Amino acid sequence: MLREALGGRRIGITGATGFLGTALAERFLRAVPDCEIALLVRPGRRGPADRVRREILRNNCFDRLREELGADFDATMDRRIKVMAGDVGEDGLGLDDAGRELLAGCSTVIHSAATVSFDSPLDRAVEINLLGPSRVAAALNQLHDRQQHDRQQHDRQQHDRQQHDGQPAGAKPHLIAVSTAYVAGSRRGQVPEAVLPETPWATELAWRPEVAAARRARSDADAASREPKMLDTFRAKARAELGAAGTPLLAARSEKFREEWVDERMVTIGKARAQGLGWPDAYAYTKSLGERALLDTRGDLPLTIVRPSIIEAAMEEPHPGWIRGFRMADPVIIGYARGLLREFPGIPEGVIDVIPVDMVVATIMAVAARGPQEDNVPDVFHSASGARNPLRYRQLVDLVQEWFTEHPLADSRDQPISVPEWSFPGRHRVQRQLGRAANALGTAEKVLQALPLRGKQADLAARLEERRDEAERALSYVELYGAYTETEAIFGLDRLLALWDGLPAEDQADFGFDPAAIDWPHFCHDVYLPSVVAHARVRLAPSGAGTKKRSGKGATGLTREERGRRAVLAPERHLAVFDLENTLIASNVVDSYSWLATRHLDDADRVRFVARTLREAPRLLALDRADRGDFLRYFYRRYEGAPIDRLSADGWELFSDMVLTKSFPAGIRRVREHRALGHKTLLITGALDVVIDPLRPLFDDVVCAKLGQKNGRFNGELIEAPPTGEARAILMADYAKANGLELEQSVAYADSASDLPMLEVVGHPVAVNPETKLAAIARKRGWHVEHWPKSPGATRPPLPIGPRLATAKGWVAGSTPR
Amino acid sequence: MPRPGFVLEVDRSTPPILTWHGEGFRLERLPAERSRVIYAPEPVAALDDPDQAVQDALLHPLGDSPPLPDLLRPGMRLTIAFDDISLPLPPMQKPDNRQRVIEAVLEMAAAAGVDDVVLICALALHRRMTEAELRHAVGDRVYDSFAPHGLLLQHDAEDPDGLVHLGQTDKGEDVEINKRAAESDLIVYVNINLVAMDGGHKSVATGLASYRSLRHHHNVKTMRHSRSFMDQEHSELHSSNWRMGRLIAAAGVKVFQIETTLNNDTFPKQMAFLQKREWEWSGRDRATYLATSKSLSRTPPKLARSIFQSIKAPHAMTGVYAGEVEAVHAATTAAVYEQQLVSVEGQTDVAIFGLPHVCPYNVNSIMNPILVMCMGLGYLFNLYRGKPIVRQGGVAILSHPTPWAFHPVHHPSYIDFFEEVLSETTDPIEIEKTYEERFATDEWYRHLYRTSHAYHGVHPFYMWYWGAHALEHLGDVIIVGGDPAAVRRLGFSPATTLTDALEMASDTVGRHPTISHFHCPPIMLADVS
Repeated sequence: MLREALGGRRIGITGATGFLGTALAERFLRAVPDCEIALLVRPGRRGPADRVRREILRNNCFDRLREELGADFDATMDRRIKVMAGDVGEDGLGLDDAGRELLAGCSTVIHSAATVSFDSPLDRAVEINLLGPSRVAAALNQLHDRQQHDRQQHDRQQHDRQQHDGQPAGAKPHLIAVSTAYVAGSRRGQVPEAVLPETPWATELAWRPEVAAARRARSDADAASREPKMLDTFRAKARAELGAAGTPLLAARSEKFREEWVDERMVTIGKARAQGLGWPDAYAYTKSLGERALLDTRGDLPLTIVRPSIIEAAMEEPHPGWIRGFRMADPVIIGYARGLLREFPGIPEGVIDVIPVDMVVATIMAVAARGPQEDNVPDVFHSASGARNPLRYRQLVDLVQEWFTEHPLADSRDQPISVPEWSFPGRHRVQRQLGRAANALGTAEKVLQALPLRGKQADLAARLEERRDEAERALSYVELYGAYTETEAIFGLDRLLALWDGLPAEDQADFGFDPAAIDWPHFCHDVYLPSVVAHARVRLAPSGAGTKKRSGKGATGLTREERGRRAVLAPERHLAVFDLENTLIASNVVDSYSWLATRHLDDADRVRFVARTLREAPRLLALDRADRGDFLRYFYRRYEGAPIDRLSADGWELFSDMVLTKSFPAGIRRVREHRALGHKTLLITGALDVVIDPLRPLFDDVVCAKLGQKNGRFNGELIEAPPTGEARAILMADYAKANGLELEQSVAYADSASDLPMLEVVGHPVAVNPETKLAAIARKRGWHVEHWPKSPGATRPPLPIGPRLATAKGWVAGSTPR
Repeated sequence: MPRPGFVLEVDRSTPPILTWHGEGFRLERLPAERSRVIYAPEPVAALDDPDQAVQDALLHPLGDSPPLPDLLRPGMRLTIAFDDISLPLPPMQKPDNRQRVIEAVLEMAAAAGVDDVVLICALALHRRMTEAELRHAVGDRVYDSFAPHGLLLQHDAEDPDGLVHLGQTDKGEDVEINKRAAESDLIVYVNINLVAMDGGHKSVATGLASYRSLRHHHNVKTMRHSRSFMDQEHSELHSSNWRMGRLIAAAGVKVFQIETTLNNDTFPKQMAFLQKREWEWSGRDRATYLATSKSLSRTPPKLARSIFQSIKAPHAMTGVYAGEVEAVHAATTAAVYEQQLVSVEGQTDVAIFGLPHVCPYNVNSIMNPILVMCMGLGYLFNLYRGKPIVRQGGVAILSHPTPWAFHPVHHPSYIDFFEEVLSETTDPIEIEKTYEERFATDEWYRHLYRTSHAYHGVHPFYMWYWGAHALEHLGDVIIVGGDPAAVRRLGFSPATTLTDALEMASDTVGRHPTISHFHCPPIMLADVS
């Protein structure tokens, strides 16, 4: 019956890239074979159709349908899915003519677009959650009015037009607005399925001034963020994160910090406002006002509001445990399983109102099939479990604990992490506890950031950062979520159950939404928790029974590292660019200078030289951190007066004595592997040509620093700007262009955040023995990381001092030429 | 009168036997009644006046050769070639044999008014020597008079302008050697004959040759037919070199061969216990052993390595022979045999080789896993005449830490050989067929060989071929105390202790195998009947 009622119709859906929206689209397409769906999607970078393909159809939600349809999948999807480019954040939804026509042809529109995160900036929540439903309603009304107008004209011309879905002419589409059960705010007791003004706690809060205030708050926060003092803070923060990465990158990063700051401020403002008015957070507050606004503005548009409680993993459809995105409870559960979170606040006998996503979908479909209430009175359904089949907090905790005791997560040494006994503390104690953990991790991270670490240790720091992020996320969820675990509201289900009872048995079998059907232990142990663990990409301890994912190997049977390596060494790459210092050799310009300068000194002068260099070291380091280019310019002045012939000859000695000795053989092999694959190889380094010359045969091309000369001696000035920072990106772009290569298909290898410009400009960046900052960045962006060790077989002197020659004669200022 | 070599039958009263283990050693107790220990002869007496002996040899040459002064005349081109860093082992205390001989030759050349003299280090495909190493070999005086003027050269087997192709032997072997040497009126070749393999026609035909020439005898087939390459009568390696040497002579290249022999006095006095028989250790020896091994166990490997690298052997010159190549070499070989030959009766099921810190290719460097294989299965295994000390299908047990470590300057192609080749196969034939040419002609290795101090790209292959005869002969190879991953990469089995290794060997050779412990260094040559 449900199938027949929906068959042949066009259903509009907003928010289809979200958790509920994806499930809705899939279920309509799979369960109602002859309906059409029209998706309102923000265009994104590559256009709305591409987003639908990438973000919706490729989701594993569609695996089942893809399998059922086989080869016909793509063609069927093309035929049955219509895409409208638009944005519920804009008045008129930002539709073009084609979009308007598509929307006008919908008999039912399901508005599920929302910013569901509890901590979105207030103005954003206002635009989407508060104004979004009204905008959809306004657009539908407008389209209908215009159609009526057209129809009257046509009628005058004695034409009769049939609408797409054969609806009787003149009927307005049915809008189903997805809201949340928590619009009632933090209250106790029964919450009936009724529009807000009809509830006992109807507030008289006017929504229009709230919109105006939110928009004003945004511009105030923005103005505050532009104060010079604030801008200085952002710049300092960017520098701390990226180091000497060059002006454009630092500018981009500090602007990003500014925007983040404004957003955070808007989050704080939103939370404060919501809590001040009796809602747990800005989400419930904006959703609640959104319902009111919709009621005020809908005119005679037929309307049904569906209010789900906390939507979680699917019980059956499209497959058990299906979930999209990191759901609300997941970080808390993972935090607990990791042992980071020892306690979670809550009342043991309190009800956690969770509802599987497929039940919400079935409810909405049943509502769509039934259509609006006959007298066009707005209608409300809850989709929740608490009133009928409550999951008590105590029970949930036991289920989670049992499951993780059986399937513990693995720590870094593959040992099982035992989960703590759960007590039921007050919220504040938990917040304190988590806050302490996050602080401790933050301090450790800061200490590590300050140390000049590379490679594995830096990787450790990056992991620590990730762990801290996790603790912070768990903390924020405790703050956010706490209110929900402490909610003592019971969402009435009378109307929902009446709808259920009205369904024929066959629909009840196929489109179950009676929460009584949920077997909580089964749902938690066999559906939900395995799905959360799989989704969070955490490792279970090897001993855990029923372990499916292990050792981070993907479907290809390769580890992440192997996949990364394979990607950079793919035959279709065609350019590999290498940084030198600490990427291919564990050395730097100061080392090579010291070696060359001391090569011809006698013992006493050597001692003086070392003492002087050590004295200068902190200043040089600081200069290097501030700007690599300035550092090189300053440092290379030391070569003033150095005889070129002798330095060139010594360069070859330096090559064996220091460059090769400190080289990373795996790195040199990588250069050769690229060449063997036919890729062009390019070395970009701030080192001097006399030092680099012996390395030239390794690469196709070399870009390095060159000093000016006079009378066979260096004048200490660079001929051109040193290839550092953003100059490298430009250089690589020019090089690629000159050689007919694409940077998108190129690989770059570098070791520090100051090399970001060269890494960001290619399609395949590789962080080699990254220092702490780059390690963190690489980890966040999923870049391939290589740990290339020095060969342990060489004996290296502790100081970069040239071996003594029988004939000592120096050119270094302060030494005594003889 | 030095005592000859000796084979000890192990019984219950035999003390534990010193077994080399890289930069260190262990005392190992061997199973009684079925084990034997093979000891080298004691050092033979040194020449009383080596410089006088050199003079005598140059003035009274062997074979069909006039005295050196008669070969020297003004306006002639003279090239003095000499052995490289791979000889002797460990490097000898100053003055080096090469210095003594070269100084004598130069004096005679100066007296004869020869002014076109060039010194060439005959390093074949070995790494170029450093200034310090050259100074040690030829002495400061020679170095300072020649090097600054570009007259002290190191053979460059990849210099397209520095080689000359002299023809092919009757077996089709190319003979291509150093051009300067070939075009000289006289080559004087100065050898240090540490083992019976060294010298003879091999000096010029190998030391001054190119890859094109060397590949004819440095290959799996030749090495499998050299049984052993220490026994020139039964060595295909030598047959090939002899053919080439005769072709060189026939091409009109005149060689005045000088060979010197050393005694096997290998370690300085403080470490004398290393070349004593264990039951003769004095209280002082035992104390030194304990102190040394205790402090070594606490020394980081790098430091231990540099300590061992600094060992200079008190080797003393025991003979010097000059003149026509083959006559000289016959005399030298007899002298080498006199110092090194040990009579051994029959083969055993198992042979134990303790590997010391140094082999010919890691002087001032590290013994990487490939060199461990070469030292154990190439050199020590082949130190036999007649038959190997271990039977066909028997087990060789090597003792060495075998770290997964390489010298990035000296052994760059070894690193890639280990990573790219041995990860695919350890079969010498397959390796030779599939990979040799790519490594041998690689531009980067060529660059490093010519300009830095790297062994030639093909050198790790030769190391592997050096062990090809042993690989074919043995049933299993076990390395005690090695890095398990590196040992497995070599295709061998890792064992933690000698007891474990013997236990593992029993899978191949049965429960109660007979065992030979080859107590080397000092170097010796087992004459197995």
